[in-house]
Amino acid sequence: MSIPLSWYLILSAALFSIGLFGVLARKNAIAILLGVELMLNAVNVNLVAFWRYLEPAKMAGQVFAIIVFAVAAAEVAVGLALIISVYRRRKTVIADEIDLMKW
Amino acid sequence: MTPVQIIFLLCAALILASALMVVTTRNLIHAALWLVAALFGVAMLYAILDAGFLAVVQVVVYIGAIAILFIFAVMLTRREMRDRGPQLRKDWWLAALLSLLVFAGLAFLLVTQPGVNRSAAVMPEGLDTLGKLGAALVSPDAYVLPFEVASVLLLAALIGAVYVAASKK
Repeated sequence: MSIPLSWYLILSAALFSIGLFGVLARKNAIAILLGVELMLNAVNVNLVAFWRYLEPAKMAGQVFAIIVFAVAAAEVAVGLALIISVYRRRKTVIADEIDLMKW
Repeated sequence: MTPVQIIFLLCAALILASALMVVTTRNLIHAALWLVAALFGVAMLYAILDAGFLAVVQVVVYIGAIAILFIFAVMLTRREMRDRGPQLRKDWWLAALLSLLVFAGLAFLLVTQPGVNRSAAVMPEGLDTLGKLGAALVSPDAYVLPFEVASVLLLAALIGAVYVAASKK
């Protein structure tokens, strides 16, 4: 293991920023969720890297990563269900046009 | 450069290139497939980090379930979006600027931290990480409560998803 910890952290910062760009710049609601997935993966890379580099004998980092997996699965299921439901009623998946609750 | 560093750099290049394609490509099916490539690169990182179980979970849960769910959602909704107009907002350069600023800020914070260039802690001899992980997830003085809460959350979310997505006649 001759990789410095900073390589993982920089990589995950870059992945997080790319996901952030996707969330902010995309029009399609499904594409926004794809960006959220990239951000969650960046977080998980960080968690596992810290686990391996600081405390490999304790499992806290891996357990937290598994909980992030479960939350990501829940988030995708609910998010896509909402998008499909909105599409069925309003025939659009463009986030800007889903403005029923916009004040 | 050691071999593991070269493998890491190849993984990083795969992840970042695929992630860029995810956020920029016009066709959403292609974006979902690029997401699969990025997730696979992250699974390889887990393997490099001695977290073999997480690498398998990444492939099974993320690529096998979440990415396929995305492809289904795209196919259920794509009639409207197919090649109609730009896929990025008009002010996408603002988003790009903000993301670059976030990356610059994070990178600056990271390189100024002491000890950020440390190498990995030595793995204790004969440490059974998978066994320890399994024990930690079900042992009362470790993480059984967060684990059960996560399962209840997932169950509730899936029931909610079925309810929301079901067509009401």
